[in-house]
Amino acid sequence: MNRFDYIRPASVPEAVAAAAVPGSTYLAAGTNLLDLMKVGTMRPERVIDITRLPGLDHIEWLADGSVRIGAMVRNSDLAYDARFARTFPAVAEALLSGASAQLRNAATVGGNLMQRTRCAYFHDLASACNRRMAGSGCDARDGENRLHAVLGWSEHCIATHPSDFCVPLVALDAVAEVEGPHGARDIPVDLLHALPGATPERETALAPGELIVALRLPSEAASFSGNARYLKLRERTSYAFAVVSAAAALEIEGGLIRKARIALGGVAAKPWRAREAEAALVDMPASTEAFTKAAELALADALPSGDNAFKIELARRIVVRALNLALEGTPEVMPALPASPFSTTAGATHVA
Amino acid sequence: MSPEIASRTTQPRRHGSNSGQPLTRRDGVLKVTGRATYAADNHPEGMLYAVTAISRIARGRVTALDVTAAKAHPGVVEILTPANRPPLSHDPEEKMLPFGFRVEVLQNDGVRYVGQPIALVIAETLEAATEGAALLNPQYEVADARTNLSNGDRFDTASVGIGMPARTAHGDIAVGLAAATHVIEADYVTPAQYHNAMEPHAVVAEWDGDRVTLDMPNQAMALSCASYAAYFGIPAENVLIRSPFLGGGFGSKAILNGPQILAILAARLLKRPVKLALTRAQMYGPVGHRGHTWQKLRIGTDSNGRLTALHHHALCATSSFDEFLEAAANASLPLYESPAILVEHEGLRLDTGTPGPMRAPGEASGSATLEVAMDEAAVACGMDPLEFRLANYAETEPGTGRPFSSKALRECYSEGAKRFGWAGRPIEPRQMRDENGFLVGWGMGTAVFHCPHFPAEARATLRADGTALVETAGADMGQGAWTALAQIAAEALGLDPDQVEFHSGVSSLPDGGIAGGSGHTASAGLALNNAGEDAIAKLAALATADPASPLFGAGNIGVVARSGRLHRLDDDGRSESYVEILARAGQAEVIGTAKAARDQEAAAAHAMFSHGAVFAEVKVDPDLGQIRATRLVGAFAAGRVINPRLVRSQYFGGMIWGASFALHEEAITDHRTGRIMNADLAEYHIPVNADVPSLDAILIEENDPYVNPLGIKGVGEIGITGTVGAVANAVWHATGVRVRRFPIRIEDLIIGWDTSRK
Repeated sequence: MNRFDYIRPASVPEAVAAAAVPGSTYLAAGTNLLDLMKVGTMRPERVIDITRLPGLDHIEWLADGSVRIGAMVRNSDLAYDARFARTFPAVAEALLSGASAQLRNAATVGGNLMQRTRCAYFHDLASACNRRMAGSGCDARDGENRLHAVLGWSEHCIATHPSDFCVPLVALDAVAEVEGPHGARDIPVDLLHALPGATPERETALAPGELIVALRLPSEAASFSGNARYLKLRERTSYAFAVVSAAAALEIEGGLIRKARIALGGVAAKPWRAREAEAALVDMPASTEAFTKAAELALADALPSGDNAFKIELARRIVVRALNLALEGTPEVMPALPASPFSTTAGATHVA
Repeated sequence: MSPEIASRTTQPRRHGSNSGQPLTRRDGVLKVTGRATYAADNHPEGMLYAVTAISRIARGRVTALDVTAAKAHPGVVEILTPANRPPLSHDPEEKMLPFGFRVEVLQNDGVRYVGQPIALVIAETLEAATEGAALLNPQYEVADARTNLSNGDRFDTASVGIGMPARTAHGDIAVGLAAATHVIEADYVTPAQYHNAMEPHAVVAEWDGDRVTLDMPNQAMALSCASYAAYFGIPAENVLIRSPFLGGGFGSKAILNGPQILAILAARLLKRPVKLALTRAQMYGPVGHRGHTWQKLRIGTDSNGRLTALHHHALCATSSFDEFLEAAANASLPLYESPAILVEHEGLRLDTGTPGPMRAPGEASGSATLEVAMDEAAVACGMDPLEFRLANYAETEPGTGRPFSSKALRECYSEGAKRFGWAGRPIEPRQMRDENGFLVGWGMGTAVFHCPHFPAEARATLRADGTALVETAGADMGQGAWTALAQIAAEALGLDPDQVEFHSGVSSLPDGGIAGGSGHTASAGLALNNAGEDAIAKLAALATADPASPLFGAGNIGVVARSGRLHRLDDDGRSESYVEILARAGQAEVIGTAKAARDQEAAAAHAMFSHGAVFAEVKVDPDLGQIRATRLVGAFAAGRVINPRLVRSQYFGGMIWGASFALHEEAITDHRTGRIMNADLAEYHIPVNADVPSLDAILIEENDPYVNPLGIKGVGEIGITGTVGAVANAVWHATGVRVRRFPIRIEDLIIGWDTSRK
């Protein structure tokens, strides 16, 4: 990899100041960044190591029932925090369905929000990629694209966002707390990741130098704790990115749906919140029929970006399945294969 | 550190025969404590790091390299390009028999596949060498990439695999098809797959004058020494290869490759040790792969479900400049009786690296399609797949009528079926559900693999203290050669394994042959056995000629070696220890040697194969199409088993590989560029533990007096065969969807799937 300056700030303001210099990038666990630097997709001149910043590794419960998670909290620590997993079970399930145990032990909350697409053309320097190099073109468009986007894509980019974690976060109105050269601000996670449009190189709403310091889940999100699931379709049982995935959360009263939350993963350049589908479920009886209609609405605007029409049908089916699983209720204990369609299979005792 | 040091105190003391015992690996403690030294763990004083710059086009020419920029990078010492590469004594375009391939060692500016080395950067650090390679910024003259059936050049070939005939015909296939009541005809595709051994190809090369020491993982040390010697113009004995451990090889470490030759050349040029280790991505090109195949099968059956014709055609991809064609269709030769069998191969030239032998070469791809076709034929006949295979059981080798040296396949079928619970399986698909509503399917396949035997040599030294040193240049790729070979030697010497020091994995030892073709235990094992017997014979000669020995005069009767003593054959009470015999003779040691090879007469008279039967259960999500192999049961007959723990482990590994072939593995090529778009372990999927929840391997007893004097066949590769078809057939049985392209994907099951059929 290229030669770069390694900077280890002692405080968030120091970090933000260091990152204000062009060519800088933040380093957390490095589970994504270091791979990208090794293949040359990223060649930062300055690497700002934030792993030693004080105060970013706490899970803090606020008086109003919301929770504030420091950006440096490890994925495993968050998923196995008993209160968190009980309160936001779909988030814990999504975390445990991602990557491998070793990666989850290292990867951080903030890093997960910032992970880059797995599009092979983004990683292959010999390929044209508007996301990696603005204006160079998109070789995925007519390339190997069976796993690419079916929602919100443009002629300029058909990449998907790979995160599992972000899918239930978007469904539950999570908010990222950001500090930057011009002070602090909140960004809803749903607005953090950008659709490509004509500027796929602008991947997030963050301004240069801005740093995610924490993540908040609002207290209202806790009202779904009894009926919330994350479901992820994979081409092997573990350690694979989603072909499609869905987070579903319901608040049910007297057989009627009072509130519904639906988000899809693996279908777009951002975790895809399906608000119209949610609205269509409100005050409806919880039934497969209603869920099927919601799924139709969720995918109403879907279009294949290549050899991937099957993903649209799969996405519809996974929405129905996830809603049905949510209706059945959050499992008492985390399934041995979190988020897997096979998590109910008797004998499926392997921890993924 | 070598394994016998760690193993001395860890093995339980055994009495009597130790072969057949499930000893744990002698090198196990070293490996789990990180003390086993793999090639890239070596760091001689003054060592430099080499990194290859690789081509990102599939065909054309390198027109420019920014050597100035790369050389200016701090730490970069030298850059080899076609312009300055020192000469080699062997033409890399000339194939070196018996296993030589054409290699790319900067002989010109041509590019013939993606991933080909186009320069070698040598630097003081790995980081500097890597960045130096990145700074070369190659410019190309690009020619169109030939990457698939539509643009590759088809060609006729006389041979496939390594020297096998491309076409074999028994009987008249047209007559057989005309006589059939049912004919199934189907096309199948198997993808390119890459070995992906956990340990990358690495070498640490250090020259001393015209002698070179190579720390490298190597499956064929003696052959490699001769080949490197030819490239560098030195005698073969001047090349020392040290390969105590391999982190997997699967065939990819038996053949020389360009990057390693270049690193050795750089060490000679710069007069300093040089290390090169390929990155994962660099392993998709110059170090072989399992080639893409397109296969057609036609099977004719009569009204009793007996084959009337078996026609297997395989179109096999190779590179534009060399030939290694998967002998896929040959999988249809040894298994099923038919009055007419025709197997034939064609080649297809693509702009890829040359394919090479990859665990069960030929058989894996061919068995995959044959066993699915047999399943389709069984369905056409309305027969249970196992019943169908039994109806077509070959009592002698099909076509030739030669007897099998041994064949306990019937027992494999029956024991496997019993353990799996095959009886009562519905013939129709989509009949079974589990308690959670998942579709359940059961499928089976027959496993078969040939039993090659390579010439090998060994030495056994009985020492004055009653212990022994046995030596052969064997290769342990993880299969347990350090343990099983030592067991064979200990058995021959009448000693416990912990009294036997075993030296292996260094080319200066007697030639242990090739660790390939599932033939290493038989080949090196026979040499060790014979060397041990030779040492015992020499010791016996000392004792029986010595009037002071209780064995005096027993020369004609003979003696037997057991627990460190020689006993008279006719009187167990008269015995003497090795220590006493050597002490009285005043000898520090006796040395036995052996060169062993197969009895060619027995080989010509018999068909020699390992056999097995694999039964698979899969579950499929009825809406989402995700597939999981939930149970695999294999029963295998492979002659004598030296160490059942290691053998079972080989079967497990093979069966998991088979499930991987069926459901996961595939190199995805961008057909516009020839670039492999998933050249990493995150995206090139192999199974994780959760993908194969339950495995069972049954060892069927088999005594084979012909295959070799030890009766050992081979177990390293057979587990893949049979399994691929078994899993694919189970997917059909679960879903009713017949997928004829590997790996089976979710969309194969979802597209056109009528969900109302639940």
